[in-house]
Amino acid sequence: MKTIEEIKSAIEAALPDAAVEIVPNPSPSGQHSLRLAPECALVVAKFLRDDAEFKLDYLSNVTGVDWPDYLEAVYHLYSVEKKHGPVILRMRTVNRTDQVELPSLTPVWRSAEFQEREIFDLFGIVFTGHPDLRRLLMWEGFKDHPMRRDYVEPDDFEYEPTAHDEVLRRAQEHKSRDQGSGIRDQGPTTA
Amino acid sequence: MSQAETKIDKPEGWNRPAAIVPDGEGEMLEISMGPHHPSTHGVFRMDVTLDGERVVRLKPVFGYLHRNHEKIAEGISYLASMPYTDRLDYMCSLTNNWAYALAVEKLIGQEVPERAEYLRVILGELTRFQNHASSLGFLIQEMGASGTPLMYAFREREKILDLFEELTGARMMANYMRFGGCRVDASPAWLDKARKVVADLPRFVDEFERLLRSNEILMARTQGVGVLRPELAINAGVTGPMLRASGVNYDVRKVDSYGIYNRFNFRVPLGDHWDVYDRFMVRLLEMRESLKILEVALKEIPGGPVMDPKARIRGLRPKPGEAYGRTESPKGELGFYLISDGGPNPYRYRVRPPSLINLTILEDMCLGHDVADVVLIFGSVDIILGEVDR
Repeated sequence: MKTIEEIKSAIEAALPDAAVEIVPNPSPSGQHSLRLAPECALVVAKFLRDDAEFKLDYLSNVTGVDWPDYLEAVYHLYSVEKKHGPVILRMRTVNRTDQVELPSLTPVWRSAEFQEREIFDLFGIVFTGHPDLRRLLMWEGFKDHPMRRDYVEPDDFEYEPTAHDEVLRRAQEHKSRDQGSGIRDQGPTTA
Repeated sequence: MSQAETKIDKPEGWNRPAAIVPDGEGEMLEISMGPHHPSTHGVFRMDVTLDGERVVRLKPVFGYLHRNHEKIAEGISYLASMPYTDRLDYMCSLTNNWAYALAVEKLIGQEVPERAEYLRVILGELTRFQNHASSLGFLIQEMGASGTPLMYAFREREKILDLFEELTGARMMANYMRFGGCRVDASPAWLDKARKVVADLPRFVDEFERLLRSNEILMARTQGVGVLRPELAINAGVTGPMLRASGVNYDVRKVDSYGIYNRFNFRVPLGDHWDVYDRFMVRLLEMRESLKILEVALKEIPGGPVMDPKARIRGLRPKPGEAYGRTESPKGELGFYLISDGGPNPYRYRVRPPSLINLTILEDMCLGHDVADVVLIFGSVDIILGEVDR
């Protein structure tokens, strides 16, 4: 397997427009990754899959990460044919609020289909070009993204029949609170 | 940038399932199979559209068992997640432990003592054996053989679970591996008992194979059903016995040789018709290969400690960084992806669930088949909902 620098220069030699940046990983695992600009991610992905030297035909793991200023999607690639890997790709969104689009890599590797749906569901990254972008684990009509670090759990715990101490306090708080954010208060989507 | 609009021509393996055009006679029937259908192995739902008996559309619906395992793990220490990994694929808790321990060991650069590596292989292969045996039993059960083959499999599984109980204290929720070794050592008496159990198992495999392969119904209903082409299997990230039944030689035990798998001589069975029957046979042959590994491992297991004495288990604070560790679990490639920010709990903790990703191609395999075959094809994927929904 080539080093991360060699992979980067091979990509840049084949695709001069591509913006690729090495993200070093200081841990003993030594799994460094490549950060792609979202605009060129699809062509780079296709190059890595089809190039005779890389043949990264198998996308193992896709996941999201919630960083303080942006959301990130991480892709772990392996090659079934050449039996090497992983090559790790990352993409960042502009921010965490209104510019959360990233290009979907599902057209290149089908295995991203459910995993990108899961990231859309739990992190709120919108994958443009995904053939079937719906929530995967949470139900239709759910409004928030539970894996985000600032997610607030809804106050809809089951009361104990004889509430006491902490549960009693929460139950009273719950009764007096203006309802509107709990799970049960989220009606079906109207949009 | 213009590249954003670059058209990606669809590769061979991409192949969205082609819509089947109904013949225009009669109406379509939409069935919601599950979440409490007996064949769904838990709470899983498929929205199936039928034209007569033929499946023309199938959409899986997930999330009934979702408890956000990943979020919980990000709020607790590294060690505290270990018992929770048991509950992912609750048939194979020991291989889950192993995958998680492996990922953390990669993250902190921890070595594992020799004896612990052997114990991991022994327990991992016993787990694989009992998982494959019961998944085959379930598959036959779904064809209508109510109970008998499943009980044959469960009889042997019980012997293996007894071994687990004696060593780890629990039949299923083992919580046995640690970062840098295993929790307790196996006594010589336990090893003897394990050798006896393993020596008996080949006879069971022969008997099981005879029982099943002489069954005309099984042969008729599984052959040529649910074909999965190798290009699509690779492209869709299918792993484990599913992938190998599609004729792709890819076993993480061979490719990564994690642990000490390079010391054992075993073969990787491959399918050549890519159908349900091949998946069935690949599992059966893998059971035989597991026994080969077990025999050698139980003979060669060296003495020594089972934990690295310098390993830090409690209060573990890995240096900032990340690691992805993967293993060949009985269901497929089970991976854990961890990001540490230097704190006592992981900044990001991700499970790569083979059960979920193997379902990506469920619709492709079922289209055009009868609704009765959906149950079989789904059973041949071999999933556990605890892992699908996490």
